[in-house]
Amino acid sequence: MTNFLIKRAVTSALSLFILVVLVFFLIRLTGDPASLFLPLDASEEAKEKFRDLNGLNDPILHQFFQYFSDLIRLDFGISLRRAEPAIDSVLRGFKWTLQLAAITMSLVASLAIIIGSIAAFRVGGFFDRIVTFFSLIGASAPDFWIAIVAIVVFSVGLGWLPTSGTGTIFHWVLPISVLFIRPFGLILQVVRGSMLNVLSAGYIKTARAKGVKDTVIIFVHGLRNAMLPVVTVIGDQAAGILNGAVIVETIFGFPGVGKLMIDSILQRDFAVVLASIIITAVAIFVMNILIDIIYAILDPRIRY
Amino acid sequence: MAEHLLEIKDLAVVFNTIAGQVQAVNGVNLHLDKGEVLAILGESGSGKSVTASAVLNLIDMPPGEITAGEIRFKGENLFDMPPARRRDINGKNIAMIFQDPLSYLNPVYRIGWQIEEALKVHGAKEKEARLETLRLLEKVGITEPISAVRKYPHQFSGGQRQRVMIAMALALRPDILIADEPTTALDVTVQAQILDLLVNLQKETGMALLIITHDLGVVAEVANRVIVMQNGKVIEAGSVRDIYFKPSHKYTKQLIKSAPGKGKFSLGTSSSNPLLSVSKISKNYGVFRALKDISFDLMEGETVAIVGESGSGKSTTAKILLRLENANSGSVFYQNQDILTLSDQDLLKKRRDIQMVFQDPSQSLNPRMTVLQLISEAWVIHPDVLPKNKWLRRVEDLLEQVGLEKEYARRFPHQLSGGQLQRIAIARALALEPKIIICDEAVSALDVSVQAQVISLLKKLKKDLGLSYIFIAHDLPVVRDFADRVIVMKEGQIVETGLTKDIFLKPQKKYTQELLLASLEPDPDVQLARRNTRKKLLEYKI
Repeated sequence: MTNFLIKRAVTSALSLFILVVLVFFLIRLTGDPASLFLPLDASEEAKEKFRDLNGLNDPILHQFFQYFSDLIRLDFGISLRRAEPAIDSVLRGFKWTLQLAAITMSLVASLAIIIGSIAAFRVGGFFDRIVTFFSLIGASAPDFWIAIVAIVVFSVGLGWLPTSGTGTIFHWVLPISVLFIRPFGLILQVVRGSMLNVLSAGYIKTARAKGVKDTVIIFVHGLRNAMLPVVTVIGDQAAGILNGAVIVETIFGFPGVGKLMIDSILQRDFAVVLASIIITAVAIFVMNILIDIIYAILDPRIRY
Repeated sequence: MAEHLLEIKDLAVVFNTIAGQVQAVNGVNLHLDKGEVLAILGESGSGKSVTASAVLNLIDMPPGEITAGEIRFKGENLFDMPPARRRDINGKNIAMIFQDPLSYLNPVYRIGWQIEEALKVHGAKEKEARLETLRLLEKVGITEPISAVRKYPHQFSGGQRQRVMIAMALALRPDILIADEPTTALDVTVQAQILDLLVNLQKETGMALLIITHDLGVVAEVANRVIVMQNGKVIEAGSVRDIYFKPSHKYTKQLIKSAPGKGKFSLGTSSSNPLLSVSKISKNYGVFRALKDISFDLMEGETVAIVGESGSGKSTTAKILLRLENANSGSVFYQNQDILTLSDQDLLKKRRDIQMVFQDPSQSLNPRMTVLQLISEAWVIHPDVLPKNKWLRRVEDLLEQVGLEKEYARRFPHQLSGGQLQRIAIARALALEPKIIICDEAVSALDVSVQAQVISLLKKLKKDLGLSYIFIAHDLPVVRDFADRVIVMKEGQIVETGLTKDIFLKPQKKYTQELLLASLEPDPDVQLARRNTRKKLLEYKI
């Protein structure tokens, strides 16, 4: 296990390095920060001074090595726009996104697992058909559209919920609900399919022959066996929210790392873009390692 | 009339499938009394397992549906009971063990937990259950029960897993134990041990045992009474001796006739010309030595059987002969060339002469290819054998040769039965006109009557085409009827080799003797004698 973790850490670090290299050079293709940060009528002289001051005139390789050696000391640079360490902005946003992802995925996972399992147990029944119908709609609905419709209906029309921002518990309702729908539909389908397979297995017959109750058969004998593919998809969807809640965060004005990333790209705030990508990537690597550990816990036949 | 412990009356079960309704069980009547061992004998699709599953409410509904009949346990109809009452009978009064303990034990829970659960479901306290589990494991012959309870199913051997299943089923001292093909997936010596265990436990507890099997030998070994089923119906019932010596139904007669192990011994081959000469092959997987110095010759027109239990190295030997695996050392001479050192190009040519038929044709034949494509694929790989315009004609000839209509060329594997599929697999092997066919457990998955047909086909082909066979099998009666010479393997080594007659009648090595004594005989008298000899041998050992 220790060997496995070390190996995973090393490969993750390598991927991270490649990611940093790619982003560092590609972001510089988006244009010159000086023309965005200075007033439109700023003189060429002033722009030149701005570039000099921020090291943008140095040879690009030199800039990279400078950045990288700072990075190793966990110095992510200064945000041009916010005039504070880039990492501070990112961690502040990341805290919001992490909460959003954690709450959403906990709801998604627990509900999808319970409902999907029951649907599989009574496959073809009324409950199963209803669930399958709505989960398929959920899994295929575009979230930006749902977000806008939700604002129109619940905020503008009914006036029940705030349209954007944070502050009260009501501010969370719409972003979580919109982020919930697609992963829920998808994971529910995976749970149902995996459970269907498991419920026809021999050991389920053995449990029934022992006189075990249906609920125990589903959630004790069946579920743990059905969880492996489910865990994979939950991890994948959680990663999706961590780095891709961009649309939902932007629409609801939610101060998460996704919105921060988009804003920083538009503002050519290179340090913040890089820092947010690195932090998100690290979070996803950590989550993948966790998933591998969960595999081994769920199934004693898996040993690393 | 006295009340029976279990009575099934006019039971009918249908399965609703895409292809329409299948009547799996049709008007089955049977009864079981205390202390009795009843066998239900039948081939695949006879409805024997479905009947047993109905008793424990294990039929998946849908697609299954019980359309008629009743099952009475101690006079009470199970179908009239509320679900909770019915569940309470499961495990406590009626318990069941299954064919393949690996897939019937939950892979993600420790076996101790699984046995304890059976006790706790019916009201045992945590501590009580834990102690009882240890006692049960010891009783079924699991050594070191304290460490065993912490293990998972995959950490046991097949025989040990079946013992665990038995411990779980007997946890609450049920009135009835249903055993569905309990030893089919096990090696012969292990099968004998498990059957002994079942019979001893049955005698000790006085429970009724309902054993479901396709094997006349198992019936002869354990049962008092037997019921023969075919196509969902009971066609004959009676004492084991009556059914075996005086069968009245045509199907039963045919079943008894096709049971292997009664034919004349082969006198051996006259040829002294080795076609294939295997010399000192060894194979290691890491530190595990799968094969150690295996040497034997295969003569022209000879059938050599390699027998042994799982892990003996018989399949590894076959793989090396075909170069599907590489040996670590040794040589295999065929037509004055060492197959093991041939270049890929030369190997391709030689491979034509050695073909293989695998155990499970539904696995080894590509389900998306027609029979025509399956058989002619050999000529795609070896284009010089036959021009394309002659393929269809040749496939039709081959089908005829293996006893199938030529219309089968257009069919897909799922449209054929197991026996027909194995004939296709043989036709495929014949497509390149080989000199040697290696049959790896080629008849093991087939029903007895189909098995007999395939064996007689193989015999006919041998005579017509002058083939030589390497016949890998664990089933000794089949080998007895079919082989000229037998090689007995154990743990990667050859234990004994000789003419079939000598091996079966005058086995020299102790392992061969054990193997023969453990093998089951359909004739109840012969089997009784064999059981007594085995017991004496065991006592002698102690």
